[in-house]
Amino acid sequence: MPTAGADATRLTKSQQTEPLLVVEGLKTHFATPNGLVKAVDGVSLSVARGKTLGVVGESGSGKTVLSRSIMRLNTAGNVITHGRVSYDGEDLLQESPKEMREIWGVEMAMVFQDPMTSLNPVVRVGRQMTEHIRHHLKVSKSEAAETAIELLRSVRIPEPEARFSNYPHEMSGGMRQRVCIAIALACGPKMLFADEPTTALDVTVQHQILNLLEQQQKDRFMTMIMVTHDLGVVAGRTDEIAVMYAGKIAEKAPTGELFADMRHPYTESLLRSIPKINQPKHTRLAAISGRPPDLINPPSGCAFSPRCPYAQPKCFEQTPPLTAAPAPGHQYACWFPVGSPEGNQAWETNMAAGRLQTLAAAGELNATEDIPATIGGG
Amino acid sequence: MSIAESAAETTKASPIGKAVTAVGSKPKRKSPLEVFKEMPLLIKLSSAWLLFMVGGALYAKLDSALGGSLPLQDPFLQTNGFNPATGEFGTGEPIEPSSAAHWFGTDSIARDSFARIIHGSWVSLTVATVSVTFGIVIGGFLGSLVGFVRGRTETVIMALIDVILAFPALVLLLAMVSIFAVRNLYIISLVIGFLSIPPYTRVARANSLAISNREFVLAAKAIGTKPSKILFREIIPNILPTLLSFALVGAATVIVVEGTLSFLGLSVQLPTPSWGNMLNESRRDIKQTIMPVVWPSLFLTLTVLSLNQVGDWFQKRGAVRGSAL
Repeated sequence: MPTAGADATRLTKSQQTEPLLVVEGLKTHFATPNGLVKAVDGVSLSVARGKTLGVVGESGSGKTVLSRSIMRLNTAGNVITHGRVSYDGEDLLQESPKEMREIWGVEMAMVFQDPMTSLNPVVRVGRQMTEHIRHHLKVSKSEAAETAIELLRSVRIPEPEARFSNYPHEMSGGMRQRVCIAIALACGPKMLFADEPTTALDVTVQHQILNLLEQQQKDRFMTMIMVTHDLGVVAGRTDEIAVMYAGKIAEKAPTGELFADMRHPYTESLLRSIPKINQPKHTRLAAISGRPPDLINPPSGCAFSPRCPYAQPKCFEQTPPLTAAPAPGHQYACWFPVGSPEGNQAWETNMAAGRLQTLAAAGELNATEDIPATIGGG
Repeated sequence: MSIAESAAETTKASPIGKAVTAVGSKPKRKSPLEVFKEMPLLIKLSSAWLLFMVGGALYAKLDSALGGSLPLQDPFLQTNGFNPATGEFGTGEPIEPSSAAHWFGTDSIARDSFARIIHGSWVSLTVATVSVTFGIVIGGFLGSLVGFVRGRTETVIMALIDVILAFPALVLLLAMVSIFAVRNLYIISLVIGFLSIPPYTRVARANSLAISNREFVLAAKAIGTKPSKILFREIIPNILPTLLSFALVGAATVIVVEGTLSFLGLSVQLPTPSWGNMLNESRRDIKQTIMPVVWPSLFLTLTVLSLNQVGDWFQKRGAVRGSAL
């Protein structure tokens, strides 16, 4: 089914085996009065054409900054970016602002987290859509309006002709997010960034929006990066998942592999913190104790070590490199990976030493008194 | 079905921008009458007064354009002197009290006070309009621009604005007015208009700073919108409501400023009536009667009060709407 704005022929012609997006050693630092905030600190990843990559992590893990760095949307004056972002063979970090404007919208687009704030409240929805359709596709006003209405229909907005001249406040949250998606898709981008697209929506609408994104991705053969803090959101809808912690990739694997054979304790903790439907009532939620690390002075060694139930003295001293697991495409950064003999050994040592109780106590402390956890080595 | 076909069908069924009263969609915009009905009593009275004031000023202007053929007395005619139009001496008296012939009485040289006040409102209206236009167009644009682009442009423009603001306004006004040999309404309006730019710039900049950081601006950037378009389509439409409600209060201020200048004899030259110079003229007769002072003061006060009230009301309405978004 052809949809408005999608340049299907172009996509299939250039469908090659090489990845569409390659990120190498990307670092995004913010110079602040308190020091350098290392929001993204050496991330490498690649996404193949037509595939979906899920980027998962808790608040402050750098996942949003990562997606904005790739698109070069970090506008503050204090941003320092290093590394290489190769999109379709071009290094995006070397492009001029003018060249970037030809890439934004046409090559890559973004759906933002909060549809309440990502639409201009005083401009009718229709004009917000047609403006850039006219700019990028060089079509007349009425043609742009036709395209926009067709787009609204393709994101399943009822009565698109009427909605076209609505203001954003006349719509519900889910409908606004559909409009945001329609705007992002308007010029047929090859790559879509979805930055927590469902966080601000309620659960039933979340499901619809995720289905819509999946459908649109298939129809248009788009490459997608889905940023979320919810492993449940990406579980069935991504080809690959990258788990981020403190600006670095903690673990990266094809989706099935990640859930079947996770190696990083952080991934395990994230998964364990999702409530299960078959648990008895009033089961205590397995939260990750402590808080995300200070990105100005990250902990020495592994950034997750202060919160990690597996942590050993080595973890507090040496930063683990990304290591390849036996399965293809699976990488993790941990000295004592989950499920390995060393990992099991580490777990038992810690159980015997009462570390879990210490972590739990630290968690309680943080929750009630807002004091950062300081846990000694070993 | 191809894109073009289906879209063509769509447009045939409902031409965009016209037939949009679909189920569930709210009425587009309230008519002025509906807005008026929603107003509290005080705001209704204030708006009515402002309409009367503007209407009076336009009527007076029309009257002079038509050579005084409309039913309003000649503001320049000394009713006790020789009237070349009739070839007779008038029967009026100076400082007459209110009567059916002269609603607000006459001034010290027997001119009709009511006619002079109505003609004087034209001065206030012109000054207010020019000031608001300058403020919103130039000040609003500059403020929105510097709040959006930041950097050196902002430093330079805001430094200039701060220099202008740092001068005591009235002193600067007197200095600028005295540069010009001729002091007609246009010169006065331009000078006051120029001096109205800084406050609007500051208000616009403060809003622009906040709005430039909103996500929809980033979203516009992320689909490749040009910075100039972001400024005009995303940022300025969000600032305009604030500027407009500020403009009502700003208009009140410049009407007072013009009144002050007139009173000091530095605004429009006599015999052209303005509320300020009427006050100055009638000051001499205050021992005999207070009414020639009261009438222009009353008009000035009511106008300023109404503008402030309506301005506040608009601001409050805007605040409610802003938080609901």
